[in-house]
Amino acid sequence: MTALALHRVSVSLGGARILDSLSYEVERGEWVALIGPNGAGKTTALRAVAGLVPYDGRLDVFEHDAAGTARKELARQVALVPQVPLIPGDITVREYVLLGRTPYLGYFGTERRTDYRAVDAALDQLDLVPFAGRRLDTLSGGERQRATLARALAQDAPLLLLDEPTAALDMGRQQQVLEIVDRLRTNHGLTVVSTMHDLTLAGQYADRLLLLDGGRLVAAGGPDEVLTRALITEHYGAEVEVVDAPGSGFVVVPVRRSQ
Amino acid sequence: MRRGDARIWVPLALLFLATALLTGVLVGPVHLGAVNVVRGTFAHVFGLHSPLSGADDAILWELRLPRVILAAIVGGTLAAAGASYQGVFRNPLADPYLLGAAAGAGLGATIVVAYAHDSAFNGDLLPVAAFFGAGIAVVAAYVLGRSAGAAAGPAALVLAGVTIASFLTALQTFVQQQHVDTVQEVYSWLLGRLATTGWREVGIVLPYAVVAWVIIIAHRRLLDVLAVGDEEAASLGVNVARVRLFVVVAATIATAAAVAVAGLIAFVGIIVPHTIRLLVGGSYRLLLPLSVIVGAGFLVFADVIARTVMSPAELPIGVVTAFFGAPFFAVVLRTTRRTA
Repeated sequence: MTALALHRVSVSLGGARILDSLSYEVERGEWVALIGPNGAGKTTALRAVAGLVPYDGRLDVFEHDAAGTARKELARQVALVPQVPLIPGDITVREYVLLGRTPYLGYFGTERRTDYRAVDAALDQLDLVPFAGRRLDTLSGGERQRATLARALAQDAPLLLLDEPTAALDMGRQQQVLEIVDRLRTNHGLTVVSTMHDLTLAGQYADRLLLLDGGRLVAAGGPDEVLTRALITEHYGAEVEVVDAPGSGFVVVPVRRSQ
Repeated sequence: MRRGDARIWVPLALLFLATALLTGVLVGPVHLGAVNVVRGTFAHVFGLHSPLSGADDAILWELRLPRVILAAIVGGTLAAAGASYQGVFRNPLADPYLLGAAAGAGLGATIVVAYAHDSAFNGDLLPVAAFFGAGIAVVAAYVLGRSAGAAAGPAALVLAGVTIASFLTALQTFVQQQHVDTVQEVYSWLLGRLATTGWREVGIVLPYAVVAWVIIIAHRRLLDVLAVGDEEAASLGVNVARVRLFVVVAATIATAAAVAVAGLIAFVGIIVPHTIRLLVGGSYRLLLPLSVIVGAGFLVFADVIARTVMSPAELPIGVVTAFFGAPFFAVVLRTTRRTA
């Protein structure tokens, strides 16, 4: 079953074409990483899938046309974790994760026992139980990222969109967060589409990579097909070496040639 | 005390309000007695025989109770409206007068005082003019803010409110300068006043206040969702524009009604919600109901001070809320920062 199918999806914002006729299919349970230089349209692609920007073309989520799906129904299918989530500082982690249950509640409805159970489960999955009563603004960057993931998990959506999940985290926290995402994907049967700046990590965690440049899909496939020196040099304008590290995929290293 | 625990904070807030109401009814030149006040009030509500003498009963039922109840309604409304505006605009400095409501009401009232000063309808016309002035100002701000496009977000609406307010204040100042003889009356209204003629003012403001409270409190969970930003709220399935519109309309109608009967009472909409945020936490689930209760009690106490410190003269209540409210808030800010 395809979790996500894009057919010639284009997005124009303020007269500029940000995403140009993107077609791709993501199978259920896959992890697909969107890579590409700044301004390539990676984030816009995620926002289109989440129904946050108008688009041309057709976009199917679990084989239903997303354009014909009500906002609330779509929110039960697709959870988005933005790159820089707006963190309301003066609420607790538990109150924040509870917001993930919004798509299941009526306009004036309040949470039922099943909603609180989902929140408890999400807090437990992300080792946030000891933090449940803490204010969000007292958490470190890595803990906040986990809180945001817990909110997305509480949303109970089978398709998880992550915009730069490791931005602003140190090396250890980056690995930790990606391992958590991979574990959630396996345990909950989630499909993950994430944008990634770190090509090495993208190659290590994602099943397939989509390389975007100027709003167009320029390469797609496994890490061995996309993480090549030629493609990266051409589209990132970067001098790199790609090293095959046995057992952990490809390592993309920037090199300085001019010296 | 555990933050965010409704079982502790709601009874505490209700106790505060009850104390305020009782104090408000008891304080005055004529001594009535706490027991008589409570029994006399019940007698009126349930149609029983009042234990108070005729004159004392009139003081209670025609003078003190209407004023205390009016103060409670206006205070609860301004505090809830303030918390609502802060929520929908994600701006801690938003207050009930943000979208030009105060300036519009001020202009409406000034026009009535200036041009209909000797008319027999002056007293009836002033709240009506203030109400419409506030309403027109907010609609104008909303239309102007929307013209910037949805992408401009809540900031555009706030800027539009500031623009409309400046324009209307200029008009109001102009009208006031043309009619210097009425400056005193306009000024006293601008500073806020809780003068009552029996239950008339309560009757004017109560329907709007109750409807607004119900709508605002019904949106308490959705205001929590809005706190994560428009886009994330939308990705959680919320129609952000609709929530914002409903809450702004409810808060604005309530503000306009409060301004119409009580003039401009500053600071309640800022100080009450923020004090609750510091003590209880920022979730709107508890913040909104508590704002109504605590705001009501706060303004009743402020009115007691306004009536007594320079008795028999009265201080404008807007002066009292700011003069006592500001230092109180400073203390709350300092002590919670230290323990946080």
